[in-house]
Amino acid sequence: MTATAGDGGPRERPPATRPLLELRGVSKRFGAVRALHEVDFAVRAGQVMALVGDNGAGKSTLIKCVAGIYPIDDGQIIFDGRPVTIGGPKDAAALGIEVVYQDLALADNLDVVQNMYLGREETTRLRALDETTMERRAGETLASLSVTTIRSVRQTVAGLSGGQRQSVAVAKAVMWNSKVVILDEPTAALGVAQTRQVLDLVRRLGQQGLAVVIVSHNLHDVFEVADDITVLRLGEDVARFTTSATTQREVVEAITAGKLSSVPGHEEVPI
Amino acid sequence: MSAITPPLPTAAAAPRATIGAYARRWAGNVRGGELGSLPIIVGLLIIAVVFQVQNDRFLTAGNFVNLMVQGAAYALVAMGIVFVLLLGEIDLSVGYVSGVAGVLTALLLLPDGSTVPTSVAILAALGSGVLIGTLHGLVITKIGIPSFVVTLAGLLAWNGVVLLLIGTRGTVVLQDSFVIGFANDFVPKATAWILLVVAVAGFAVVQVLGLRQRAKAGLENDPPLIVALRVLGLFVALAAVVSIVNQDRGLPYVALLVGALLVFWTYVLRRTRFGRHVYAVGGNAEAARRAGIDVDRIRIACFAICSLMAAVGGIVLASRLRSVDTNAGGGAILLYSIAAAVIGGTSLFGGRGHIKAALLGALVIASIDNGLGLLGLSSGTKFVVTGCVLLLAVAVDSISRRGREQSGRA
Repeated sequence: MTATAGDGGPRERPPATRPLLELRGVSKRFGAVRALHEVDFAVRAGQVMALVGDNGAGKSTLIKCVAGIYPIDDGQIIFDGRPVTIGGPKDAAALGIEVVYQDLALADNLDVVQNMYLGREETTRLRALDETTMERRAGETLASLSVTTIRSVRQTVAGLSGGQRQSVAVAKAVMWNSKVVILDEPTAALGVAQTRQVLDLVRRLGQQGLAVVIVSHNLHDVFEVADDITVLRLGEDVARFTTSATTQREVVEAITAGKLSSVPGHEEVPI
Repeated sequence: MSAITPPLPTAAAAPRATIGAYARRWAGNVRGGELGSLPIIVGLLIIAVVFQVQNDRFLTAGNFVNLMVQGAAYALVAMGIVFVLLLGEIDLSVGYVSGVAGVLTALLLLPDGSTVPTSVAILAALGSGVLIGTLHGLVITKIGIPSFVVTLAGLLAWNGVVLLLIGTRGTVVLQDSFVIGFANDFVPKATAWILLVVAVAGFAVVQVLGLRQRAKAGLENDPPLIVALRVLGLFVALAAVVSIVNQDRGLPYVALLVGALLVFWTYVLRRTRFGRHVYAVGGNAEAARRAGIDVDRIRIACFAICSLMAAVGGIVLASRLRSVDTNAGGGAILLYSIAAAVIGGTSLFGGRGHIKAALLGALVIASIDNGLGLLGLSSGTKFVVTGCVLLLAVAVDSISRRGREQSGRA
């Protein structure tokens, strides 16, 4: 809570060579289904890492493992050089890992401020909710992200459009002193202008020294903001690219290789 | 939403809503399906007029006091029901849980050589409520049985416990002047006025402090006139109540109990983290879980609070009747209490509602019960009318929900 996304000051960076968040040989099964198989993945502070893959490649499972929603069956998660166990969403939050989910984990009956502070409400000395502090900081955070379309921070989330909800969800993630921000399909439901706003925001997060993981189907968006790209296919990590040294064609081939021929009727992944 | 979007309030400027804007926002909310307490207040007025026309004893000071005492137990039990309804759950066992608490109190205070102090008897009865609710909550969350089934089983089992506790006695007469005094003694008339002044002054202080704090933080504030009207409104309402009841026997102690618990649980729900988490679990349990909220713990706590309030209601009911028998907790108490919470405006779909719904709903239920009684109508007629009112209240909820959907607020 000491810093908002808008304070813009340079953060102290760990040595850029060491990954801030690293997964080594992580596996996850759901019964007979192998969702992840010995996946290696790493992201450094200040890096925007894209995680791409076809439907069912294991992208959502991977981020849910990092967020503490699913326990991992095998492998290691290393945060800032130390092996960690993430047993629940609170553990992830304590490490500074924030996730913006595709299906927007917002409660419709609560207002914008209440959602942004859900689970981490500020209280006064008498253990009452400190509504004024929360409302002020939530308003400041939204303003710092140039979110001007929300009429009032005291309106319920039920009344917001898809783009407004996404803005609230992103603001909720970056309001905390987070070190790793994971965005699951952040632009999937957005119009052109709001997509632009979110992509600008993603880039700004990287510039501020956060490790950013962006999960996306949209390679156009990925090439616009990501420094590096990790490709998942059928639960395995199959390729890594540096965005400036690759082409969309190469990435598409990594996503689909060995698949189009074996699965008849499958369509090309949109570029 | 709208094309014109004023910038967000920032610390630099402290915009203040004008009276006109406030009124327009309220009207917009009503059109958009956020009816608040409006339908129920209209309903209460209609009920009062209809019964007064039929029988001029309905709107008398004496009957008003009766109505308070009759409605108190329903209001107390309904406060607990609000907590489980906010989760989108239900508790069908509250009737007999209140019975268990009433019987326990009466038995522990029986002068048979093993009498315990009054406070111990009351704490034991309340404790039994907490234990029963925790048990329900554990079974519902840890085993994963729907609350409807668990509390239906509770309805049967706790009815059995009432019968077992009463044994062959048939009727146990309550023999403790303190417990009987809840529903049968009255606040001295001067004291009632002093309490009124203290309550209104307290409310005014809280409102003014809130205004000043928001102004200091540079946040949008309600117009001072609206706040003043709110304080004045509370004063007028409470003064009307006190002056009417003081024409008769006075303010029953049980009304103070209802008022104090109304303030307490409202504070818990609206001003504490626990309360915020109750709304979050009722609105979107998955979002609450991802926010790191222990959803099971919240559920268990709500069922414990529900049974605790059922126990409070059971003691009050025993106090009013001055005895308990094998029928304790049976009859209309369960259905009237759930109906009160729903009529008061608590949504059955979870996530929407206030504690004051319990009080307003209980007032409606008690008024109908009392009014039809004055007209000399049978229990059959009472149940038919109450059922129709319940249906009407839920219909208002559903229709206003549709209004919310159309205006994008559902």
